[in-house]
Parts: sequence; C-alpha cells; structure tokens
Amino acid sequence: MAVGDVRKTIKEISPIDVYKLLPRTNCRECGEPNCMAFATRVVNGELTIENCPPLKKEEYKTAYDDLSALMAPPVKVVTIGTGNRSIRIGGKYVLYRHDFTYHNPTPIALDVSDDMPAKDLADRIQAIGDFTYNYIGRSLVLDAIAIRSTRRDPTTFAATVKAVASRTDLPLILCAYDPVVVEAGITKVNDKRPLIYAATKDNWKDMAELAIRYNCPLTVSAPNDIPLLRSLVQTITEYGVTDLVLDPGTFVDPGLSETIHNFTTIRWSVFRNHDELLGYPLLGTPFTAWLSGEITKNVISWKEACAASMLISRYADLLIMHSMDGWVLLPQLIWKFNIYTDPRKPVSVDPGVREFGTPDRNSPVLITTNYALTYFTVESDIKSGNITCYLVVIDTGGISVESAVAGRYLTAESITNALKEYHVGELVSHRHVILPGLAARLSGETEEASGWHVIVGPKDSSNIVQLLKDHWPPPDT
Amino acid sequence: MSEGNKKQKQNKESRETYPSLLSLFSGMEKLELEHFAMEIGDLELWIPTGAGTSIPVPAAQIIPSLETKIKPTALIPASFTFQREEFPGRIREVKLGATKSEGGSRNRSIVIGGADAPPYAFVDKPPVNPPVFALDVFDMEVPLPRALKVAIKDVMGDPAEWARLNVKKFGADMVTVHLMSTDPLIKNTSPADAARTVEEVLQAVDVPIIIGGCGDPHKDAQVFTKVAEVAAGERLLLNSVTLDMTEAKTLEGVAKAAKEHNHAVLGFTGLELNKAKELNRRLYEYLPPESIVMDLTTVALGYGLEYSFTIHERARHAALMGDTELQHPTISASTNAWAAREAWMQMDAKYGSKDMRGPIWETLNALILLLAGVDLFMMMHPAAIRTVKDVVSDLVKESSAKPEQIAQWASKRI
Repeated sequence: MAVGDVRKTIKEISPIDVYKLLPRTNCRECGEPNCMAFATRVVNGELTIENCPPLKKEEYKTAYDDLSALMAPPVKVVTIGTGNRSIRIGGKYVLYRHDFTYHNPTPIALDVSDDMPAKDLADRIQAIGDFTYNYIGRSLVLDAIAIRSTRRDPTTFAATVKAVASRTDLPLILCAYDPVVVEAGITKVNDKRPLIYAATKDNWKDMAELAIRYNCPLTVSAPNDIPLLRSLVQTITEYGVTDLVLDPGTFVDPGLSETIHNFTTIRWSVFRNHDELLGYPLLGTPFTAWLSGEITKNVISWKEACAASMLISRYADLLIMHSMDGWVLLPQLIWKFNIYTDPRKPVSVDPGVREFGTPDRNSPVLITTNYALTYFTVESDIKSGNITCYLVVIDTGGISVESAVAGRYLTAESITNALKEYHVGELVSHRHVILPGLAARLSGETEEASGWHVIVGPKDSSNIVQLLKDHWPPPDT
Repeated sequence: MSEGNKKQKQNKESRETYPSLLSLFSGMEKLELEHFAMEIGDLELWIPTGAGTSIPVPAAQIIPSLETKIKPTALIPASFTFQREEFPGRIREVKLGATKSEGGSRNRSIVIGGADAPPYAFVDKPPVNPPVFALDVFDMEVPLPRALKVAIKDVMGDPAEWARLNVKKFGADMVTVHLMSTDPLIKNTSPADAARTVEEVLQAVDVPIIIGGCGDPHKDAQVFTKVAEVAAGERLLLNSVTLDMTEAKTLEGVAKAAKEHNHAVLGFTGLELNKAKELNRRLYEYLPPESIVMDLTTVALGYGLEYSFTIHERARHAALMGDTELQHPTISASTNAWAAREAWMQMDAKYGSKDMRGPIWETLNALILLLAGVDLFMMMHPAAIRTVKDVVSDLVKESSAKPEQIAQWASKRI
C-alpha cells in the first residue's frame, strides 16, 4: 500500500542538503549574500526554492525537481481560487508547532445556500466580506464562501453561484453531491478554481472527471471511515486528480471524540507512519453543529465555536462554518492567526521611547512591554484619548505585562535600565513614571532601584485617560 | 483505569443535577424560545427530495483522455492500520484531597496525571485520569465582569457559601480558595485569619481544596505554612510555589510544611520549561515528586495563548519521551481568559454581546489547553465549566459518532 519510503523530515534536512542542489554560483539574484545563506533560510522556512531565479532555468531542471522533492511537505499544498484572494491550504511539515512553524493558516469559509432569497444572499455575502477585526496592526478577515445546493437543482445552483461570484472575489467552495449540479455551478466560475465538495463512494468517478476537466481541487468525503477515505484517495489519484482535500467528517454533538481522534490519527499516520494517501489538507465542517438536535441558536453557535477552535488546534487546514455571530467568529480568527505564528519569535515591536502628540519636559512617562498586542493596545488607547506623553517600550522578549512580571522579564531592574538607556531623564524634568497596573507589584522595588517615583497605572490601558485626569500632574511638581 | 471509570460515572451523575448549558447564559431563555419555534417549523416543513444519488454525466460531455494509463473503473480497496508508538515516559499521578481513612476529612480524593500517551491522540488511549475542574472562590469582594458576577453575586464575600454553590450548583470537583486579602498591598490579612477562612471552606464542602496565595513570596510562605499546619492531612494543593521563593529563601519552609502535613504543591513558572525543571529540582530536595503539580502559565486567547499551548505540548512530549523533571500533571487557570479585552469589553455590535464573548473566551481557552494535555482546570463561568466537562466526557467515550446524522450535510436546509 502507499506507505512511502522514509524520507528526511524538515528537522533532519540540513542547509548542506539544499546547498548541494543549488547552482552554487553565489549570483545574489535572490538577495542573499551567497548560496549557503539562501540554503539556510530555505531550511528555516523563511524562503522557498522558488526564490532562486536561476533554478528555474532549463539547465537546472533536475536539481529543481530534486529540491522540490526534498522540500515537499508531507501534507501537500492545495490552492483554491485565483488571484490575490486565493488561498493555500495544507503544506504542513510537522505534528507539533514547536518543531517548525505551522504554514498556511486555516482559512474560514462561511456558507450560503441556494434556497436563500436574493436579498438575504446579498446581505450575507456583504457581511462575510465586511467582517474584519483589527488585531496587532493586522486586519483579520474571513477567507472563503461555501455555496451549498439545498434545492438539488442544477439551474438554481448555477444561478446562485453566478450571483455569489458577481458580488465577491473570495474563493468559492461548491457543495453538492450530484455531479450535474456541481458542473452547472462550475461553468459559472470555471476560471476561478473553486474547490469541489464532495467526491464520495457513490459519485467519485463523475466528480473526478469534473476536477480534471475544469482543473479544480476536489474534496474526498468519508465520514468516520478512514479506510474508505484512503480507498477514495488511491482510486481518484490513479484516475488522474492531484489536488485533493480530505473530509473525515466533523461530528459536533455527539461524536466530537471521533472527530478529534480521526483528525489526529490521520496526521500521526502521515508524519509517523509516512502514509502518503492521507498526506492532503483536512477539511473540518463545524457547520454540522446546525444539524444537531439543539433547539436554540445560541447553543448551536456555541457548539460550533467550540468545535472550530478545537479543529484549528487539531490539524484542520480549512473550515466551513455557518454562524455569523461575532462572538463565534472573533475567537476563531484570532486563534488561527496566533497558532500559525513562529513559535521561536514572539510577535513583538522594537523597544525604545515613542512620542505621542508633542510631548515636553512636563509630559507623563508611561511604561509598557514590547509584546505586539500589548503595545498596539496601549498605542490605540493613547491615540484615541489624545494623550500627549512618552511611552517607554521595554524589551520583555515579546511577552505581555502580566506574564513578563510573573516570568521576571519585566523587573525593577529592566525598568531602571530602560530609563537610563533611553535617556528618559533628559526628556523630562520630573521624575514620575507610570507603571502598568498589572506590574503594580514592582512599584516599591522600582522606586528604590531607579530613584523615580512610581504612579501605578490602570490594569487596562483604556483607563489611562482617567488616570491622568486624576493624577497628572503629580501634586509635588 | 478504575479511577477513570469512577470519574465518568461522577460526571454523569453531576450532569443530571447541574443546570443545562442554555440556562447558564443568563437572561436569554425567553429570547431563544422564540427562535426555537421558528426553527423547528422550518425543519418540519422540509422534506428531503432524495436527490444526491449521482446522476451520471452524459457521455458526450466527457473529453476523452489521451493518457495511456488505465483509469480505475471501480474503487480500489484500501485498509487502514495505524502503528501507534509507545512512549518511554509517563506522567506521575498526584493525589489531591484525603478522606478520613487517609488522614483528612474529604468525601473523596482525586488523582490527576498518569498519562502515558499524547492527549486525545489515540482512540485506544483515553486519559488514565480524566481532567478535573476546580472553581474559584475569593476571600474578599473582587471586581468581576458582569457575566461572571451574575452567577455568584449573592455569595461574594462569603467564601464558604460560595464554595458550597460551586460544588452543589456548578459541579465543581474541587474548590480553589484565593486568599487574595493576604496581599500586603491589599488588606494584608494575617496568616491566622487566612487559615480560619480555609477551615470554614473545609467545613462547608467535602471536595479537595486548592489554596491560592497572593503572589508575594514572603507572605505566601507564611500563609501556606500556617494553612498547611491547620489543615494537616487534608492533602491541599498549595498554589503556588515559585522560583521567587527560592530567591526570598522561603521555598524550603513551605515545601517542608507541605511534606510534614501531607499536602501537595503547585510549582508556577512563566512560560519557560528550563525554569519549570529548575523549580522541580529544588522541590525534589524536600518533597516526593508525587506531590508536585506544574502551572506553566495560562495566557488569555489573543494575548499569547499560543505560547501556553506550545509550552504545554513541549512539556508533555518531553515528559513522555523520558524527561523525568517534566513528568508532572499540569493545571491551567483558564479564568485568565478574562484578562482579554475581547472577553469583557463593549465592542461593535458585529462582534456580538460581551455576555457571550466572555464565557466563550474562557471556554475556548480551556478547550485549547485541554488538547495540549492539561489535567486540572481552574475555572469560573458556569457555562464554560459545563461545556468543557461535557467535551471531556465525550472525549473519553468509546464511540458516539453517527455518520447518518451528518450525511449529506451540505444539502441540508437549516
């Protein structure tokens, strides 16, 4: 069976392995000083072999193919959609995030169905496109739209697909079990590479034909049946389809246990048993919460939210959801962003002194840490409160205030050193420094170590305005 | 395993007595019943048309393939056997709470830890001891978000009553008494007063108790030593001992008091495995390893939960691979989720009501760390506890998925 040869894992590949296959001309076209530096960055996941222009020349074709094989992730990459909103899913190199950064954050698709009245459909597409959250200076958004055929009628489905495509440039997932219905939809977006959902044991051949004819990725569905999933993958790949997405079934209630175990077993099998048939991106459908016997919308949405977060943590490479409630979606967008960051480097900003407004020698001095989220939160509160001040950003290794105090990254000593290093004493004539409320514990030691008076600030920076109203300027200045 | 079965049974029992998920979202029952009528109406009106059997694509439409390779015409059978690996290491079991025969006064003791495989990875490896839940009690009035306050407003300031409510109404396996008033920067309550509070709680409920300090390495040492003595034999979990205590030279006293009076300690370190190992090494000098639990730090979702997730995964994997200094059960203070602004702040309507955002934040924080292997959760919101308990009881079950229930989900009207 297709249990492949044991090949090097991403952690076993050395820069030398890559270097040996590069042109080794040190041409610098990639922007790196030499081929060895380039190889190192490829192994670290910071660059791909596509970033080496000469490698694409005919004379290096063998080397290019060998490098592609060497660097190919055990979970293949599948692209859905075209253009700048297209999404790449899969491309996983490891089981554990601490072994190597996870690649290709789990896109979240929201569903629409072809039984929706035109106005509802338009409103929902608008809402999906508009849902954004500004987080650490980034805009988190929803990634795709899944169009479901509930009428099971080709004409209706085609009309809905056309209507959706005219209103959004998000990648599409066309969901129907009848190949005729799917094809009617594809013909409306045949240049847009939608994902087809789904090939099953009953329709696999016709779905495979569609995937080949229209060059679309294809989902293979076998709920709670991994042997069938493997059988379908083997058959469909031999049929000639290369870009597959696997749907092992998402059971929200009951059956969450099998869902988590199936997703996890599939990934362990790929990484530990080298099972190539299962080496494709996984689709999770927390949507199925809506088929449960629960009778209230909030309880269903609640369960959908729980399943989604658990699946983002447990190897889902793409999710289809239904609830548009902000309290359901917001945590998913944040969590999928977080878990795909590089675990080796905290999301941080440069330490130093920032000026807000036009501060003078009497302006307040505030302290915060260089964890990006902490910094941007404080920055936005300072700006929205029109506060004029100096903000001293202390290097805590990118850790938030509370954790930095607990882990001793933010200490009386580090505060004292920062005040000196950034010459804060020369910027202002007073000697009052405002500590975050969550670092209140450090106030005594900080006064002793630095010689500055400490004003304990609010635990949340949204209250800085009030604090300054009450305590600034300090009585003795 | 018998401990696990017992646990499952207890979960089941408590489920019958504590309230439904819906009733735990305060004040929403009425609104939701209106939805209910509408949605059931929709469901009943819908009759499946029986489509979905595949209609073959007309032959004329199929472009003949030029490939010479023969395409399969029927499903190629495949099987699936998963070679699960065995791990050389195992998490130690730590017993919390002591019954009369064990020298305490608890109705039962609880064992945490014991894992010999990655959490929820292999279907034939359910947790040896399923995770347990400790609910928080504070020894003074504390500012809390409205969503948390509503369930406990009548008992705030009365730790014994609060503890009783947590056990009776919200299914707490354990109660954490936070002796916050002992903080020199707050009320600086004396160790003797703190010990009296602990005694009151021990009288009020018969579950194992966790003692939460104020974070000051000197004061906590005094308080823990006194409490350890007064509650001798109860197998309390002292939360927490830290490397700050080594620096303050107070660790030895606390550890020795724990040993002498038969209690366990919770070693707290800030997202740094080498520090966790160092603290454990220091504790081994005074205490049996079976008395040590680790708190590797729980950060709120959106504020660095990924660091907590990864440090828990790293610790568990290293422990299973044989690192004895990390072979301890772990706890998560999921209540820390409420530190996230998204959990309590009024936001634009499109992000939903904060009465839902807060509880879901605590719930997801706990569920994510559950998957990373946490053995004991310290929680607060009733709906969050209820949900995570339900998920745990589902995860330890053998089989419950019904493929027919989600069959053809993509063409279902909802």
